[in-house]
Amino acid sequence: MKETIAFPQSRSCPYAPPAEYSALREAGPLTRVSLYDGRAVWAVTGHALARRLLADPRLSTNRDNQAFPVTSARFTPMPGRRRVALLGFDDPEHNAQRRMLIPGFTLKRVAGLRPSIGRTVDRLLDSLVAQGPPAELVSAFALPVPSMVICDLLGVPYADHDFFQTQSRVLLRGPSPEDVVRARALLEEYLGGLIDERFAGAADGDELLDELVRRQRAEGRRDREELVGMALILLVAGHETTANMISLGVFTLLRHPERLAELRADESLMPAAVDELMRFLSIVDGMLRVAVADIEVAGETIRAHDGVVFTTSLINRDSDAFPAPDALDWHRAARHHVGFGYGVHQCLGQNLARAEMEIALRSLFVRLPGLRLTVPAERVPFKPGDTLQGMVELPVAW
Amino acid sequence: MRVEVDRDVCVGAGLCVLTAPEVFAQDDDGLSGLLPGAGGRFGAEVREAARLCPVRAISAVREEGPEGP
Repeated sequence: MKETIAFPQSRSCPYAPPAEYSALREAGPLTRVSLYDGRAVWAVTGHALARRLLADPRLSTNRDNQAFPVTSARFTPMPGRRRVALLGFDDPEHNAQRRMLIPGFTLKRVAGLRPSIGRTVDRLLDSLVAQGPPAELVSAFALPVPSMVICDLLGVPYADHDFFQTQSRVLLRGPSPEDVVRARALLEEYLGGLIDERFAGAADGDELLDELVRRQRAEGRRDREELVGMALILLVAGHETTANMISLGVFTLLRHPERLAELRADESLMPAAVDELMRFLSIVDGMLRVAVADIEVAGETIRAHDGVVFTTSLINRDSDAFPAPDALDWHRAARHHVGFGYGVHQCLGQNLARAEMEIALRSLFVRLPGLRLTVPAERVPFKPGDTLQGMVELPVAW
Repeated sequence: MRVEVDRDVCVGAGLCVLTAPEVFAQDDDGLSGLLPGAGGRFGAEVREAARLCPVRAISAVREEGPEGP
């Protein structure tokens, strides 16, 4: 019998799928992989099939389902664990949560945030310039940009960034299950405190936490746990994901000098470039679901209780959807990538993320035109396969 | 053909507004709808918006005129 390929695996190039996944690509669009605990699950590698299945309500994201696939020992369900808001729930509960949050992330709201994102980016670049090269770009730029933006939006004091960035990192990377649980408890306690302050006061600010408290008041209810859950996912998803896109995006552009030159020559390419980078980098490389009913698809039957993993990096390099998929190309239409997911769970903050990436990347290369790595590219550390993909450090000079 | 947006299905991803801002807009609830008078515009951008919508909330419906379909 043919041996099943292990999932996830670490990349050898930070912006390309692991070489071992090429067999999955060939066996796709629906094949099998084995998880760290030996469990075999379905792997979706084709773009059309991925969109079809990500929109299928028979695939659940309910983490309380005993059959929900687990990709690392540190994510083993612990007794008493509560599901995260949004991504832990199916509709109709998910929809009710999401609808409370949508108004905070409309394109109009994002357009209104652009000037302040620009000021945040400029301030950080001012300090880099004042300090002079060399610098470590993850801690000096890629992480603070989205952290400051989401703090402003939510109403979380950025002064606490050491605390919440550290705990968010532990939440995502462990190493032990106990570490993950503890990080989550600390973050919830912290956010709960911020929410309690608003419950105790007027909650008349224009930050999202104020709006959510006011909304509950208007509805005549007070559900602290609901708000803590939402604040937690918005804070973590709001800074960790975009930070990785910025760090890995910068690394990728430095490794593709012709594409970078093209972007510098024509700034109007930037919005398309951001979606192309989302496609190319696929930093959330593995979206998980569990089947709650039998699904006949692609000549196979996904049975109820089967686990399903969507291999984002392969789906986003399906040549049927993206011709010459391994090439970075600002001129292709790439917005149908699944880098933000697809279906009802597609990223709520995607347009905020687009704005942050556009502004951060454009300003960085304008202000530091001679930006370069200070160590050979193959020695720049990046993240292992079982977490968000991105750079651990980015040592640069200019 | 007329464009329709199913607001019961919309999840506020905003891709339609990003792709065809002359046709779609989000209201205060963040849900998408058609700008006044834009329902009859069915060009390449609207088709792209319909293709991108993560919940397929955008559809083209044939207009039933007095002479029938």
